[in-house]
Amino acid sequence: MQPWPPEAELIEIEPKHEIKASRTGSPEDVALDAPDRTIRRVIGDGASAADRLLEGIGSEELLALHRDMVRLRVFDERAVGYQRQGRIGTYAIFWGHEAIQAGAHFALSADSDWVFPSYRESAIGVLRGLDPATVLAWWRGHPAGWWNPLELKVAGIAVPIASQVPHAAGAAWGMRLKHEPGCALVFFGDGATSEGGFHEGVNFAAVMKAPLVLICNNNGWAISTPVARQSRAAALVDKALGYGIPGVRVDGGDVLAVLEATREAVDRAREGEGPTLIEAVHYRIAAHATADDPRLYRDDVRSEQERHHECLARYEAYLRRQGILDEATAEQVRADATEEVRRAMRDVEALPDPDPALIFDTTYAVPPEQLLRQREIALAAVPGAVP
Amino acid sequence: MKTLVEAINDGLHQEMERDGSVLVMGEDVGRAGGVFRVTAGLQERFGAERCVDTPLAEAGMLGAAVGLCMVGWRPVVEMQYDAFSYPALDQLITHVGRYRWRSGGKMNVPLTLRMPYGGGVHAPELHEESPEAYYVHTPGVKVAIPATPGDAKGLLAAAIRDPDPVVFLEPKVLYRGDREEIPEGEHCVELGQARVVQDGSDATVIAYGAMVRVAAQAAQTLASEGVSVLVLDLRTLRPLDEETLLEAARRTGRVVIVQEAPRTAGFGAELAAIVAERALLDLRAPIERVTGYDVPFPYWRLEDMYLPSAERVASAVRRTLEY
Ligand SMILES: Cc1ncc(C[n+]2csc(CCOP(=O)(O)OP(=O)(O)O)c2C)c(N)n1
Ligand SMILES: [Mg+2]
Repeated sequence: MQPWPPEAELIEIEPKHEIKASRTGSPEDVALDAPDRTIRRVIGDGASAADRLLEGIGSEELLALHRDMVRLRVFDERAVGYQRQGRIGTYAIFWGHEAIQAGAHFALSADSDWVFPSYRESAIGVLRGLDPATVLAWWRGHPAGWWNPLELKVAGIAVPIASQVPHAAGAAWGMRLKHEPGCALVFFGDGATSEGGFHEGVNFAAVMKAPLVLICNNNGWAISTPVARQSRAAALVDKALGYGIPGVRVDGGDVLAVLEATREAVDRAREGEGPTLIEAVHYRIAAHATADDPRLYRDDVRSEQERHHECLARYEAYLRRQGILDEATAEQVRADATEEVRRAMRDVEALPDPDPALIFDTTYAVPPEQLLRQREIALAAVPGAVP
Repeated sequence: MKTLVEAINDGLHQEMERDGSVLVMGEDVGRAGGVFRVTAGLQERFGAERCVDTPLAEAGMLGAAVGLCMVGWRPVVEMQYDAFSYPALDQLITHVGRYRWRSGGKMNVPLTLRMPYGGGVHAPELHEESPEAYYVHTPGVKVAIPATPGDAKGLLAAAIRDPDPVVFLEPKVLYRGDREEIPEGEHCVELGQARVVQDGSDATVIAYGAMVRVAAQAAQTLASEGVSVLVLDLRTLRPLDEETLLEAARRTGRVVIVQEAPRTAGFGAELAAIVAERALLDLRAPIERVTGYDVPFPYWRLEDMYLPSAERVASAVRRTLEY
């Protein structure tokens, strides 16, 4: 009879560090305070609340950030139109989310840092050189919409809620293991914080001290479910305390507040201090997606109020108050963005029908024999397909 | 006259009315009545405690449903789409299918796990999956798949009343398809009874869910060529009506199995094995399978070439005839 457990496994583990008394008993534990629930803002209201200036950000950068926001806005508005015209399929609207997306992305370095989008941030790659035509092709169900994540460090669009959070944790951790300077940034919604994938991903990143920035796009709704039915936490940022990481709450309609908080989180990440949770609080003005009818579950009053307070107009007002943006520039930026998306849609529509062989050729590096046989039979039945 | 969506909605109303322990839960099922409106009106009728909007957590939902069963509820859990049931697979495999066994056969887990499934609707990635093989491969779990509004109502009632967990897959491409006269009031279709959609003598085509319609179309084409095809709608994969299946196989001597899911280790392979084990010597041609391919469900501009078509089914039948 073998003794159980086998003797080899009965090695005494010597504690390497003296364990200080702390909440978790972790030797590296630093007592963290509960996150501040104050919603941070940079942009004032042009009246009683004053504008702040962001250190180290000049007017050229402020204008570049404006351009990013406009490109996203125009993409979104036009995409909704294309869906209505049947030129793309169901589409997840991000109107009003541009401040979070552009603001967070602006704090990253495209050379070293990864972005992990959900369906809500489908066009985020456009901000670092992805052709908007690629994103439109994705929504059109055309394989030209599948980009290589490694090329621009933009992960694929994650459709299952919160499933991208552990990927981002792993990428961040992996870069740290290789002593690379990069960090990862992951977007997810308020509803996503209820998923196991969120919990496991954040905790993992925290334990591994992974250089990860977690952006919770708290737009108040998960389709028809209000955030109050998603969590009993007074603020989603409170969750940070449970993972032993800092949490920051910002106005999700204030692009500069998002940028500021993300910059700080990126700095922490690069200095080896681990992940940060940023809760960007705002309101989903538009429908969840083109197939959704919000009148079934909420009244329009709040959306209409919020519409007058939307993020791009707020930023443009700020830039005008600072004397940085003039009418002609604003118009030019919008015209360029419109032309860019128009051109993209034309390109997508000019694409030939997808090659049926693709579905067989992209699943494995070396396709198994059975699949090759299926391919042969399938393509023989498709008129005009080249086997 | 009701669509499949309306029939399921009707069935849910009936069962909740009949049994106060039936409770509907899921993402967006209450206030909004479900993203496909399957649960519309239930919250107004039965209150927010019996038609419950849950947090966005599929594993939590299904795990909580096990606990609800333990204290006397009969939960009907909605997964918003096929692929979004995957986070709950852990609970399904490790607990839902095992608790009766683990309790020495003493504890019932009478939950129903319903979800829209299948392709043909031009949706983005992970909205067109056919996951039946994962479910039917899980011991302790039953699987029902209606193909008509009447069966949807009747099989759902049987699933809810069953003492064991039943996964109920609703072919979403048929949700708003043909309307049909369905029985009013309570209506139950026993699990494990296949339906002969049309009788025939030259070949049997076995299908379930949305593929029943495809099989029937193929049979129609073949009829114009003088070929008489028996179309069988399995209705439930477990329990499986082997008797009807084998009788048809023996009588026609030719079998074509249609499945939308990827080919390898799909339910069609199980059906083929059963026919080979029990009716091989009555066959006049090798069994044919018409299936999806061993690839993720394609970007929707290519889904038509992926999905089994009436033409593919008809060709398979012709091959068995020419053998
Ligand atoms: C695992 C999983 N379950 C369900 C869904 C269906 N679904 C798509 S979006 C959504 C709501 C998500 O809400 P939230 O996380 O707040 O993000 P938002 O859509 O508001 O950006 C749901 C339930 C899904 N995509 N994935
Ligand atoms: Mg949300």
